[in-house]
Amino acid sequence: MTLIEEAGVGGIPPQPEELAVAARREIEGRSLGRIAWDRLKRDKVAMAGGVLVILLILMAIFAPQLSSLEGQDPNSLNGTLIDPNYSTPIGGMGGISAHHWLGVDLPNGRDIFSRIVYGARYSLGIAGVSTLVAIVFGVVIGMIAGYFGGWIDNVLSRLMDLMLAFPVLLLSISILGVLPNTAFGLSGNSLRIALLIVVIGFFSWPYIGRIVRGQTIALREREFVDAARSLGASPFRIIFKEILPNLLAPIVVYATLLIPANILFEAALSYLGVGMREPTSSWGAMINAAIQTFQIDPEFLIVPGMAIFITVLAFNLFGDGLRDAFDPKASR
Amino acid sequence: MSTDNYSSATVADAGRAASGAASEPLLSATGVQMHFPIRRGLLRRTVGAVRAVDGVDFEVRPGETLGLVGESGCGKSTTGRLLTRLLEPTGGTVKFEGRDITHMKPGELRPLRRDIQMVFQDPQSSLNPRHTIGSIVGAPFEIQGIKSPNGTKRAVQDLLALVGLSPEHYNRYPHEFSGGQRQRIGIARALALKPKLVVADEPVSALDVSIQAQVVNLFEDLQAELGLAYVFIAHDLSVVRHISDRVAVMYLGKIVEIANRDDLYSSARHPYTQALLSAVPIPDPDRKGEEAKRERILLTGDVPSPINPPSGCRFRTRCWKAQEICSTQEPPLVQLTSGPRPTGADHKVACHFPD
Repeated sequence: MTLIEEAGVGGIPPQPEELAVAARREIEGRSLGRIAWDRLKRDKVAMAGGVLVILLILMAIFAPQLSSLEGQDPNSLNGTLIDPNYSTPIGGMGGISAHHWLGVDLPNGRDIFSRIVYGARYSLGIAGVSTLVAIVFGVVIGMIAGYFGGWIDNVLSRLMDLMLAFPVLLLSISILGVLPNTAFGLSGNSLRIALLIVVIGFFSWPYIGRIVRGQTIALREREFVDAARSLGASPFRIIFKEILPNLLAPIVVYATLLIPANILFEAALSYLGVGMREPTSSWGAMINAAIQTFQIDPEFLIVPGMAIFITVLAFNLFGDGLRDAFDPKASR
Repeated sequence: MSTDNYSSATVADAGRAASGAASEPLLSATGVQMHFPIRRGLLRRTVGAVRAVDGVDFEVRPGETLGLVGESGCGKSTTGRLLTRLLEPTGGTVKFEGRDITHMKPGELRPLRRDIQMVFQDPQSSLNPRHTIGSIVGAPFEIQGIKSPNGTKRAVQDLLALVGLSPEHYNRYPHEFSGGQRQRIGIARALALKPKLVVADEPVSALDVSIQAQVVNLFEDLQAELGLAYVFIAHDLSVVRHISDRVAVMYLGKIVEIANRDDLYSSARHPYTQALLSAVPIPDPDRKGEEAKRERILLTGDVPSPINPPSGCRFRTRCWKAQEICSTQEPPLVQLTSGPRPTGADHKVACHFPD
């Protein structure tokens, strides 16, 4: 952090030599975000998590290319690769071979590698979009509650408490369980994806909302908010231009920590059979299928389990690093 | 100094001319009160009130500096916030240029905000850490929808030069500046819309002593140049003496004495003012001067709670002159006309037994 020397005394403009010094320095200021990024770059664990997150996102985006690199696709059945006598994949280690890098599943002999890379699209996509939904709701409602206070805050805070106290899993199961095949102009897979996003997003916004509310209450008392008010700024301007920029750091951090929670949520719902369904390859649904046969073919269970584990770990490491970078004074 | 945007000479002349005694007050406060309700229980019933400001009267004339002094918690800052209408008074009236602004709605108040600006106490917290200096000082133009002839950026750079900062600092962030520089940024923001009145709420008390003098001098230079009126809130009597034309002394939400600076510092009449003045450190205690002989008045006890202030005169609980009448009758703030030493028209005291 560069502290510029006290320039000029009592309204006297800076001396020419001081101006020259200032001009020689880099004129662009370093924003707090820039400083946080410089700090994050030095945190190797967080950077490893970040690189892994980027790789996972690339894997989801380029799932077709990765599958064709292996020479397989996620839905073709390979009955010939299953031992008819023992109902296990032919060859050791769950059928791992040069053609099937992570083996094949049971009982259909579908390629696990391509199902995993395609599954990343659903896991990351649903978790990502539902986190976005949660952030939009959480930030707007949290800021309104925190800034206006009074009965508005009371109503919104009790609503958040109510949401957090809900038996979320049971409710989601019952909502998703009674789902018709077509609704809201959507059907089949896209309807399931849309509903998963809505349900997961709906139940995770109060976490963001509470944090945003607390931070807004703290920021509201700062003098720069009074300064804006004394200039005649509207509440809208104060909320979005004065307070929101100061909330970006906690929002980014908690979003990064909410994504893995939502990945687990989606996987849990799919595992319980109310999320994504066969033949769509979701990681949770794969674990659901693998549970039937894990005693004879544990590899089929381990691969999607590891995929979830690595993804969640990567996001958490990155999110923790981000938090430390934005707020180095916070204790671990 | 770049003063392109300020026709400095004319404004300053106007200010000086207007500061003549007979001029119309720029701002006047009459019986202004701020009672913060205390709510308890499930139904949030009002069970009492913190009488932070409990009926103050004073006026500010164009181009002058009114110093407002008192202990912590006496209602100085609240008074400042009432004048800038960051708070809405619960009683009394505040008039600016003859217009009643006491209960104006935000929409009506917005154009008036140009004329009344505020400089805050804590330069750490008064600048948004996520905004550049350019956008902080440019915010007044943006919020008020004012277009500068040479563009906002140029106007901001002129303002930075005016307060003694380099215009090159436009793209920097507040955390890259020292406390004194940040306070200059806050001053530049307050001056952006060429206000007539600046309420400065302890603008130097968060600064190093060495920087305090620079910032106080900056306030004075700007006043001479732009013809500003200040309400200068402080607890440091030396700073107030340096900058003020008139001084008001507050105790527990009331003004106890208001006078021209020289009158107040040379012949304070209220016991509380005398006690405050006697507590100002003497620069050289070894010096055998008249000042060194003066006796220090030590006040005992604490400031009573503003939730339940003493009856009658509020200072009576700590006053060495207090008598029966002090607890029953509240002394009004008046010019002393009778008695051995009458005061001038500008010197008002609220005491039953003034010196």
